[in-house]
Amino acid sequence: MAAVLPLEQLLDARRLWRGTAAPAVVHDGLATGIDALDAALPGGGWPATSLTEVLIGADGVGELQLLWPALARLTETGNNVVLVAPPYTPHGPAWRTAGVRLSRLIVVHADRTHALWAAEQSLRAGSCGAVVCWPGTADDRALRRLQVAAETGGTAGFAIRPASTLSNPSPAPVRVAISAAAREVLVVKCRGALPPSRPIPFPRVAH
Amino acid sequence: MRWACVYLPHLAIDAALRRRAAPDAPLILLSGPAHRRLIHAVSPAAEQRGLRPGLTLAGAQALTTDFIALDLDAAAVERCRAWLAGWAYRYTSQVSLDYPECLVLEIGESRALFGEWPALHARLTAELTALGIRHRLAAAPYPIVARLLAGLQDGVGVDESTALAAVGALPISSAGLADEVATAIERMGLRRLSEVFALPRDALARRFPQSTLHYLDAVRGRRIAPLTWYAPPDVFEAGIEFDHDVESTQALLFPLRRLTADLAAFLAARDGGVQRFALQLEHDGLADSQVVVGLLSPEREAASLFDLARGRLEQVRVPAPVRGLRLVARELPPFIPVHRDLFETRAQQTTSWEQLRERLRARLGDDAVHNLTIRPDHRPERVNVPSVVAAKDDAVPALPRPGWLLPRPIPLRDHGLRVIAGPERIESGWWDGGEVRRDYYVVETSQGQRAWAFCAAGEGGPFMLAGYFA
Repeated sequence: MAAVLPLEQLLDARRLWRGTAAPAVVHDGLATGIDALDAALPGGGWPATSLTEVLIGADGVGELQLLWPALARLTETGNNVVLVAPPYTPHGPAWRTAGVRLSRLIVVHADRTHALWAAEQSLRAGSCGAVVCWPGTADDRALRRLQVAAETGGTAGFAIRPASTLSNPSPAPVRVAISAAAREVLVVKCRGALPPSRPIPFPRVAH
Repeated sequence: MRWACVYLPHLAIDAALRRRAAPDAPLILLSGPAHRRLIHAVSPAAEQRGLRPGLTLAGAQALTTDFIALDLDAAAVERCRAWLAGWAYRYTSQVSLDYPECLVLEIGESRALFGEWPALHARLTAELTALGIRHRLAAAPYPIVARLLAGLQDGVGVDESTALAAVGALPISSAGLADEVATAIERMGLRRLSEVFALPRDALARRFPQSTLHYLDAVRGRRIAPLTWYAPPDVFEAGIEFDHDVESTQALLFPLRRLTADLAAFLAARDGGVQRFALQLEHDGLADSQVVVGLLSPEREAASLFDLARGRLEQVRVPAPVRGLRLVARELPPFIPVHRDLFETRAQQTTSWEQLRERLRARLGDDAVHNLTIRPDHRPERVNVPSVVAAKDDAVPALPRPGWLLPRPIPLRDHGLRVIAGPERIESGWWDGGEVRRDYYVVETSQGQRAWAFCAAGEGGPFMLAGYFA
């Protein structure tokens, strides 16, 4: 690019894109139950109308304890929470102890291919408070569909995925990774704010 | 204008066309004895090929061979007329099938709801055209007058003041009189009904039977014969036959859409819903395949009925090509619309939870969507019961219990195990054959998971993994 081009020409040809101010952040997030995490996330909590990715090293490292406060509050206010193809059986007493109203908790059984479809349908319908799904190593196109569905339906979506997908691009506006050993949660990405550089400890519910 | 008449001049052929997948087929209906088959009715496509009612079958074959000949099925025509009465039932509860080839509807009472005759006429015409039924409509103060006017012209509406003039202007031949009476009157040199009305009554009574006098009174509104009212059936049944073998689900979607639309029209007229219906796929030489569509709550929207039936149909494997599709609905409970808040907090709510649930069940299977119910039992694998209805929110004892339970315990092979808490002994079930005697421990694996593991009571190992405190 040796030639000098006027700025207007570049703008007209759409070769140059003018960055505008970041869209205003609405504080409508679902409180996570951890004050430091609420402060770090731009909406003041989990985004209520888009997809959140939770990356875990292995099943059972605390992903439920991270989500339970938000899910419990949703079921308390009469919203349905849908679990699409959970990897294990949700054990009712533990969910009840965590404050989740079981009458508002729906489990959908589906095989791998149908699980993505069911998650998308549930997100798009707009009649659920939150949809939790386990897309595994699904590619970013599948995640983008889920993200669009969550925005269309105005539903909070949680995709719980293996930590090995951390380096893959993801359309989810918020990505967090759970570190099991240190009992910390690291905000990898949050659209509309800078992710905090230090992981946030989250308490273990006493047994 | 209290009465409207829907005259159905081509009902036999329209009914036959509706049962076929291709609505523009050159179709003819045959009647008469086997040695002399006559064309009873022809479809518009067949008429373009030069075929006319009254022609013999041999004569038709001399003209063209490009037509489909079917036997006239008088019972099917009557069924179609009864089904149309079900359609008309949404406008009034007083629908009569007493006069042949037509329906008579009481429209005076619901004028405030449906508007005056021109508006109602436009609405009826649009709906009947969408159903594929050719028709002529007329409205009049008396049923018989509406019937006579509909036979002549479409869209006529007369009220009390103009009815007599309109009836008087009718030619004798189309006044609905018995044939020999009409011939006799015409031989007397009379051309129109008004001239007959002008005759002295005793002179008429000498020449003609009493029924003729009664009929002349009826068309002038002096003597109104009661009609019997149609009562909608409690079962919906409709079907479509195919000309050829259908081998893909795609080709069944068009007839399925028509059948579910018919069902929705029937339900709207009944102000009811459907809880369960069956699709019957007919095969050559084999028993029909049944696809049962069961819903958790009554539904009546045409679009969602189609979606649900389609979801079920796409899963089905049939043993042979399909020759016909029938829809049978027997469980028709009252329909209660979902209550919505006037100020709905969720503005974008596009699909209600009930619709979503049915859609998921249609695709994934009837047992795929369920709530969790807790059963009081000490054995963890017997606590969770999937239930289709919403669970009660019972309080539970605050014992340490994991959020995830493995479908069945697996051996826990981990050398870096650390016992966090335990043991908690669970010993139960000797009375029902599912006896367990176990010590449960909370352990931490080398990957940092908190796990719930058990071993035989008093053994202290080896551990079986029961679940995760996720």
